[in-house]
Amino acid sequence: MAVINLNVNGKKQAVDVDPQTPMLWVLREHLNLVGTKYGCGIAACGACTIHLEGMAVRSCQLPVSSAENKAITTIEGLSENGDHPVQKAWLEHDVPQCGYCQSGQIMTAVALLHDNPNPTDAEIESAMHGNICRCGTYLRIRAAVKTAAKSQSL
Amino acid sequence: MMAQTLFKTSIGRRSFLKTSVLAGGGLMLSFSWLGGCQLNPKDGLTMPKEWFELNGYLKIGENGIVTIISPNPEGGQNVKTSMPMIVAEELDVDWKNVIVEQAPLNTELYTRQFIGGSQAIRQGWRSLRLAGASARQMLREAAAQAWQVSVEEITTEAGTLFHKTSGKSAGYGEMASAAAKIQVPKEVKVKEVKEFKIIGTSRKNVEGRKIITGKPLFGIDTKRDGMLIAMIVHPPAFGMKLKSVEDSSAKGMPGIKDIFTIKTFDDAYERQYFDTCTFPEVVAVVGNTTWEVLNAKKALKVEWETFSDHTISRNAFGSTQAVDIPAGLESTTEHMANMAQWMTKSANVVRRDGNPELAFKNSAKIIERTYTAPFLAHNCMEPMNFFAHVTAKKAELVGPLQKPEFTEKALSSRLGMPLENIEIHMTRLGGGFGRRSYAHFLLEAALISQKMDAPIKLIYTREDDMTSGIYRPTYSATYRAALDADNNLIAFHVKAGGIPESPLYANRFPAGAVDNYLAEDWSINSNITVGSFRAPRSNFIAGAEQSFLDEVAEAAGKDPIALRLELLARASKNPVGENNEYEANRYAGVLELVREKSGWDNAKPHIHRGVAAYFCHNTYVAQVLEMTFENGKPGIPRVCCAIDCGIVVNPDAATNLAEGAIVDGIGNALYGAMTFKEGLPEKNNFNKYRIIRHSEAPKSIDVHFVQNEIDPTGMGEPAFPPVIGALANAMYKATNKRHYNQPFVQALETSALRM
Repeated sequence: MAVINLNVNGKKQAVDVDPQTPMLWVLREHLNLVGTKYGCGIAACGACTIHLEGMAVRSCQLPVSSAENKAITTIEGLSENGDHPVQKAWLEHDVPQCGYCQSGQIMTAVALLHDNPNPTDAEIESAMHGNICRCGTYLRIRAAVKTAAKSQSL
Repeated sequence: MMAQTLFKTSIGRRSFLKTSVLAGGGLMLSFSWLGGCQLNPKDGLTMPKEWFELNGYLKIGENGIVTIISPNPEGGQNVKTSMPMIVAEELDVDWKNVIVEQAPLNTELYTRQFIGGSQAIRQGWRSLRLAGASARQMLREAAAQAWQVSVEEITTEAGTLFHKTSGKSAGYGEMASAAAKIQVPKEVKVKEVKEFKIIGTSRKNVEGRKIITGKPLFGIDTKRDGMLIAMIVHPPAFGMKLKSVEDSSAKGMPGIKDIFTIKTFDDAYERQYFDTCTFPEVVAVVGNTTWEVLNAKKALKVEWETFSDHTISRNAFGSTQAVDIPAGLESTTEHMANMAQWMTKSANVVRRDGNPELAFKNSAKIIERTYTAPFLAHNCMEPMNFFAHVTAKKAELVGPLQKPEFTEKALSSRLGMPLENIEIHMTRLGGGFGRRSYAHFLLEAALISQKMDAPIKLIYTREDDMTSGIYRPTYSATYRAALDADNNLIAFHVKAGGIPESPLYANRFPAGAVDNYLAEDWSINSNITVGSFRAPRSNFIAGAEQSFLDEVAEAAGKDPIALRLELLARASKNPVGENNEYEANRYAGVLELVREKSGWDNAKPHIHRGVAAYFCHNTYVAQVLEMTFENGKPGIPRVCCAIDCGIVVNPDAATNLAEGAIVDGIGNALYGAMTFKEGLPEKNNFNKYRIIRHSEAPKSIDVHFVQNEIDPTGMGEPAFPPVIGALANAMYKATNKRHYNQPFVQALETSALRM
């Protein structure tokens, strides 16, 4: 066990855990941020996607010790009330079915639009490739990313 | 006089008997942080001080806010929005003043609280309308009494009661208290379809905002003070059971509370239909946190041994069956060989019309083809999990499951606790697809909690989830068709089976459309457990049948849509035999619509098209799939889909569901497969089990609904099965090669490279 200093959604806090604990479980069980989901545990589905210093990463493969003092953003930290342009686009297109994968999808999309504010369909598909949606909402996700890109460029 | 639709309320059981007037916000039917839709301050609504319950489905606040209780579990089929829309329609309220709450399992108040068979809207239609209409009637009577006028003179609009002559008006909230004291009417008038204001309009998912902000909604998000985390270790292979556990080092690991074995079912217990359980004895590991439990799970040394042939007793909806579970470590190669033997053997005749043997003998041309598909894992994105808190007096269970009513019985028996001491709360399901109908994980959670005397949350790892069985069975079907010299279809023969069940539906199209018809089934037993998977059996037989009809049309020199319409015209005018399970005109209707909307009669260069149509779960669907090959890579630019599900309650949500079913169908047909080697499932996570991804989905899907006023039918399953046929038929056009064995990906990519 070790005390690790974290900076999650702009809030500095410390946790006392095994330093190898994946960030996913620290978020979900120690910090009560359950929007980040467990899907596979091997970085193969994207459900646990968060931002580490603005980059989309799979939190199930990120030991908490390697995130010490780095800026972490989770779905809960994107906006106060669901009004980030990407979240708004998701609502406009009523994307979710079961909804389980959607916070991971949104976090990947936000990182994509940060790096590439006006992606083509192929660039969206490539960037989102690691995020599985078992319900098959891929077309709505693509449409929502494009809507968000438009609204961000206004 | 205007035609009136009157519903008798007598079917209403306790849900329509007035229960109680709840004061002070006493939310009798609500629960915990996971359940209700909290008011969003942005919506400008304030929580009422008092709620007045008019029946089991709704309560009205003094300020006019309405809570509608959604009875069924929500797993992405959007019933938590669509079912309350039906109540709101008949209650005649403004949708923006409606809050939706999830009902817990309550067999006294509600009927059929489960996900399965695409039946929620179809079977809920009447009671949901009745709930809204009877409450509206009680509000009108309350207003009539208050204003001393005839109830007939009271009208409503969007949550307000009016008396035109006197000019009086009052919000529902003002009359709610009085209405709650009024006798439930014996008979109420419901709206005519043309009067609908909410049904037939697109309303957004009531939990959309919670989903996109990451609020706790799913079973796996459940948390309680003092809650422990539990995981299980199950046998690595089918045909194996627990022999011994060496847990001394794992027990001493940080955070570990206990390690023990549990037996999910008593040997003497007669299992119910949904009590399928692959591994009835498993090892439980319990600790403080998931990471600590995961580490201990890895350190555990468990020995397994093969089991012998045995029999369990199962009650299938009233009759007791002996289910034989054969010993052995099975492999996919043997499965395929064993199924292939049935191609040439006679099987069990399920339906026979005319004289098929003679017709085949006298035919000018015979076509015979065999189709296969593998076992499939459901792979819900939220792995199996459940929260349990079992004490000596009561059991509280919270989590995602599809058929709580059936699971409740097993739990009551296993814990030796009466049903009234058991509470089951349904959380949003992170996918179901049939898998969560078999809630052995709930029993496991309850037994672990009981042993630990603490609240626990059981979580399956992805590997546990994917290798724990309850798969879609593997299937095979052999079709034969006979054409006469004029290319008329004179005989049709289907022989279908699988491990361990047959996918045959003997009375579906083209039964009824062909004079000489033979349907046979067979099955091979196995110890690999299976269960419902989105559109059970249809999910294979539709694709096989629709691929075969494509070949029949080609052999007859006919357009594939024209051939189907010709057969359906026959079935409509002069059907063969009895018990044909479809309406030929509605079937033809979706084919006509898809022909028009897809531009079928105007072929485009380099676009290879396949068509399919199917009827299952009371809904008719036809699809045209377009395929391209660019730089040796197959692509799907478009799927056009026509649906007849009667009245469409929430069109955009229904469209979303159809889009998802199409993506899911294509994905499973191209990539889905669970294979076995000596009992061992060969795939245990998403690095091995291929799931369709963004770039592989169709570029566009357009969904068109037949407009009619027929009572609505389901949307969760029917768009899934036919797309597999449309895909296979488009692949043939694209590759000049027929594809018979799923998953198609390897053959398709090989063909693509050769093009």
